[in-house]
Amino acid sequence: MAAHADYVLHLADNAVILGQRNAQWCGHGPVLEEDLALANNSLDLIGQARLLYQHVAALRHDGRTTEDLLAYFRDVPDFKNYTLLELPHSTALAPTASGNRDYAVTMARNFLYSALMVLLWDALKASKDLQLAAIAAKSLKETQYHLRHSRDWLLRLGDGTDESHARMQAAVDHLMPYTQEFWTSSAMETAAAAAGVGVDTRNLQTVWNTLVDDALAQATLQRPAAGGFVPTGKLGVHSEHLGFVLAEMQCLARAHPEAVW
Amino acid sequence: MSDDTTERLPDGPIAEKQVGDPHHAVWSLLESVTDPEIPVVSLREMGILRAVRESAGSLEVVITPTYSGCPAMSQMEDDVKAALAKAGVAARVVTQLAPAWTTDWMTLEARAKLRGYGIAPPQASACAYQGVNLVQFAARKLASEAQQAVTCPQCGSSNTTETSHFGSTACKALYRCLDCLEPFDYFKPY
Repeated sequence: MAAHADYVLHLADNAVILGQRNAQWCGHGPVLEEDLALANNSLDLIGQARLLYQHVAALRHDGRTTEDLLAYFRDVPDFKNYTLLELPHSTALAPTASGNRDYAVTMARNFLYSALMVLLWDALKASKDLQLAAIAAKSLKETQYHLRHSRDWLLRLGDGTDESHARMQAAVDHLMPYTQEFWTSSAMETAAAAAGVGVDTRNLQTVWNTLVDDALAQATLQRPAAGGFVPTGKLGVHSEHLGFVLAEMQCLARAHPEAVW
Repeated sequence: MSDDTTERLPDGPIAEKQVGDPHHAVWSLLESVTDPEIPVVSLREMGILRAVRESAGSLEVVITPTYSGCPAMSQMEDDVKAALAKAGVAARVVTQLAPAWTTDWMTLEARAKLRGYGIAPPQASACAYQGVNLVQFAARKLASEAQQAVTCPQCGSSNTTETSHFGSTACKALYRCLDCLEPFDYFKPY
């Protein structure tokens, strides 16, 4: 049961952290249409996270856990999101200003992640956890559009000017190693898959590779060899960036606990 | 908000209830509750209002969310509660996720009203794509989709182009008519 709830929490944390990251473009989009697109993308992700957090609260059934408690009153080691999703919108390891935001990084990340999630949500429609299956069926519809949107930009920037090509290639080079975390196993995922609740992502890897390689080839981009450090965000061991994301996301709720409007 | 996936709901558009339906009065009362973002269509016509039923001796009104993060959802729930309370009907409002809402549940009247309101209704059938079709959808190579041009709600021309995937709300894309040159919203298949 703990693994079951942890697995749903992992899916929820992925959605909320990327939703929070992408919302940082709100009011700063490169063009008005993209500002709206990223805000809508975040709205979908945060909506998915809410449904998943509510489900975790129902699974724990301890009379204490709520969606707000899960989102706003846990700290870095409690979050189970992929490290990929907490990274800044920049290829610099230590970006110093919001001016370092690079749309190529944002789009490359959305592409790599939504390519996984369309496959994962599709498979989770058959979960024995019927509420999770219901959330998966809804989320799949939204994620299809996220994948198409980010794939369009991968092509536009990759097969664009010399400058846009170089920046998209740098973004893909920077982010691809982090996708290794998609395919490593963890105790919660193994237990959830064994119970028929979750899905072993390694069964999705071949289709994911096809999806990614097809898009990269069309975008005239090279796929870097994935290797080196394997991130461990889903185990609660994160990069230094997650703390800053949480500080921004949680400060209001912590300053005014249980406030309503 | 509670979720109950045990009872199977209807999977399709819901026609206006006739006199004689056990809950006709509640259905017709709720005809006045519209989508706050699109005030010309009722929640039933949108496919959001799914059922009025007896459950454990009390009346239950079942709604289903559209997009996971749609900010209008809690407003709709409040509006349903307010309409019920105003008419003195004691009923619980229940949110149920499965089967997942789809634009295929929009009634023909809803589509006509959307068009009249300046929003092009969803054109393609909204099945979720699987396997190879997912890849084709993402790559904009789905033949079935290419055949269904979005028609301009202003002049009816099908000579239109997508300006942006995401428009004023999550459910809409931004389009432009290449004949009358007007921009318009397109309600995306979901």
